[in-house]
Amino acid sequence: MPFIANTDAQRAEMLSVIGAGSIDELFADIPADCRIGGLNIPSGMSETELYDKIHRMSHRNAHNLVCFLGCGFYDHFIPAAVDDLTRRSEFYTAYTPYQPEASQGTLQTIFEYQTAICRLTGMDAANASLYDGGTALYEAAMMAMRITGRKKIILDTGVSPIYRKMLFCYTRNLSIDFQEIEIVHGQTDRKKMLDSLDETCAAVILQNPNFFGVVDDFTDVVARAHEKGCMAVVSVYPVSLGMLKSPGAMGADIVTAEGQSLGLPLSFGGPYLGIMATSSEHVRKMPGRIVGATTDMRGRTGYVLTLQAREQHIRREKAMSNICSNEALCAARAVMYMSLLGREGLRELAVLCAKKAEYAKTRLGRIKGVEVKKSAPTFNEFTLALPRDAGDVVNDMIEKGFAAGFPLGRYYRGMDNYLLVAVTEKRTREEIGMFAEALESVLWAN
Amino acid sequence: MKPETLRYTKEHEWIGQDGAIWVVGITDYAQKQLGDITYVELPKPGKSFNAGESLAVIESVKVAGDIYAPAGGTVAESNAAVEKSPEIVNQDPYGRGWICKLSGVVSTELDKLMTADQYAVFTSGGRK
Repeated sequence: MPFIANTDAQRAEMLSVIGAGSIDELFADIPADCRIGGLNIPSGMSETELYDKIHRMSHRNAHNLVCFLGCGFYDHFIPAAVDDLTRRSEFYTAYTPYQPEASQGTLQTIFEYQTAICRLTGMDAANASLYDGGTALYEAAMMAMRITGRKKIILDTGVSPIYRKMLFCYTRNLSIDFQEIEIVHGQTDRKKMLDSLDETCAAVILQNPNFFGVVDDFTDVVARAHEKGCMAVVSVYPVSLGMLKSPGAMGADIVTAEGQSLGLPLSFGGPYLGIMATSSEHVRKMPGRIVGATTDMRGRTGYVLTLQAREQHIRREKAMSNICSNEALCAARAVMYMSLLGREGLRELAVLCAKKAEYAKTRLGRIKGVEVKKSAPTFNEFTLALPRDAGDVVNDMIEKGFAAGFPLGRYYRGMDNYLLVAVTEKRTREEIGMFAEALESVLWAN
Repeated sequence: MKPETLRYTKEHEWIGQDGAIWVVGITDYAQKQLGDITYVELPKPGKSFNAGESLAVIESVKVAGDIYAPAGGTVAESNAAVEKSPEIVNQDPYGRGWICKLSGVVSTELDKLMTADQYAVFTSGGRK
């Protein structure tokens, strides 16, 4: 972004065009008590002074922690080629591909991304991406209500509490009847879940693996939902699909995911990647851009934005959604990452994550007073019961150089002593050993 | 359906009686304006509409728009053939390309609609 000067002369010129004598006259209609009385912005610094100041401030962050924290966002290795390719200006500066004749590269990238997402999830059609996993789940809920014309949503509490908060926030002023189904021993209360599905339900929203890392096969829930004319929405952790049964194979109607694990670095607030895919039957009800392949007048393959009639620049207030952008660069990273790993690589990655997590369970379970919750199978994230408050333990572990995990008490009542631990392929046997030793010393030092 | 026996709306829908049922479609003029029709989102049987409410959505290569109910009624049947082959709306708008059938239409509501002659004047911009 260049610095855009705004000189006194330019301001005077603009005011004269508008016909106002001064800035105060321009803002005369804004009541005095609504105006800012001046901004508390210090005077300018030189570039080196500013750099030093920001650099010093950055050291107040906890640096280079060995990461055992997950909750939907994971510390996976990113091949250097992903960064290198992302920095090519053809990707980095590309504008929305409204003009296919000028945007074949961008359009093909998105098309390849959509194809990869379909193969990974076992679905027919994916969109060009949404903002993040949470907004994708919200869009899926709205899509299910559009298709069924119903207003009740069954929400598994194994769905990330962050996503559930986003769902409630986005829909606060809509009359939607959310019914949350409790988790029992880390897993969906199957009976309650099946019993809750009836002819008034628009969707059942599930997550696999769930927030506790627990793996499930929701085929039976999906089948019951379909018996009742209800849509099945499944939120997934893309990396886990290298080894787990795909939501498509479970019969899901809409699949969403946070795409961060596919080659995006962990960063405070994103940008992340909202993945969404559905069946051919429902593709016209799916929000967002979709790129399609076609042939030009000479029979050559070309790519275009397709099914745009669903979108708001044509359908205005009757559009499928008010989503009007996508995360093209993040989606490009995801398809680069998936291409570099390939089918076998994704499978190996998932197996490594799962095996290392199982090793960590064994190692951490040997610590006095630490209990590994084993009531259900997990992928690469699991729950530890600690002898004291997990939030305090997390703080103590930062001093030891570890992001130890997520204190579950923050979102689940009565779980103050429970810690959610994630293990990715990046964690070595040594790191897991050092983590266990650090945890033991933090728990039993005194 | 015979176009001269039908009633017409300003939004270019037609409606005609077939026994106890009323058939709804879009006019030949409308299909020409739309160009190649690519998709029609049909109403679900059993759903009721008031006159002027959006009954269906039609998409062509040029545009997407609503098909409005020419009169109040309940959808008795939607034309599944149109869902599979939307081009039949272009080919035969008064025949195979019908959109849906309504029951419970109050026939006096149709009095407000244009006759074939009036519609011909309407679509020629008042000149005939």
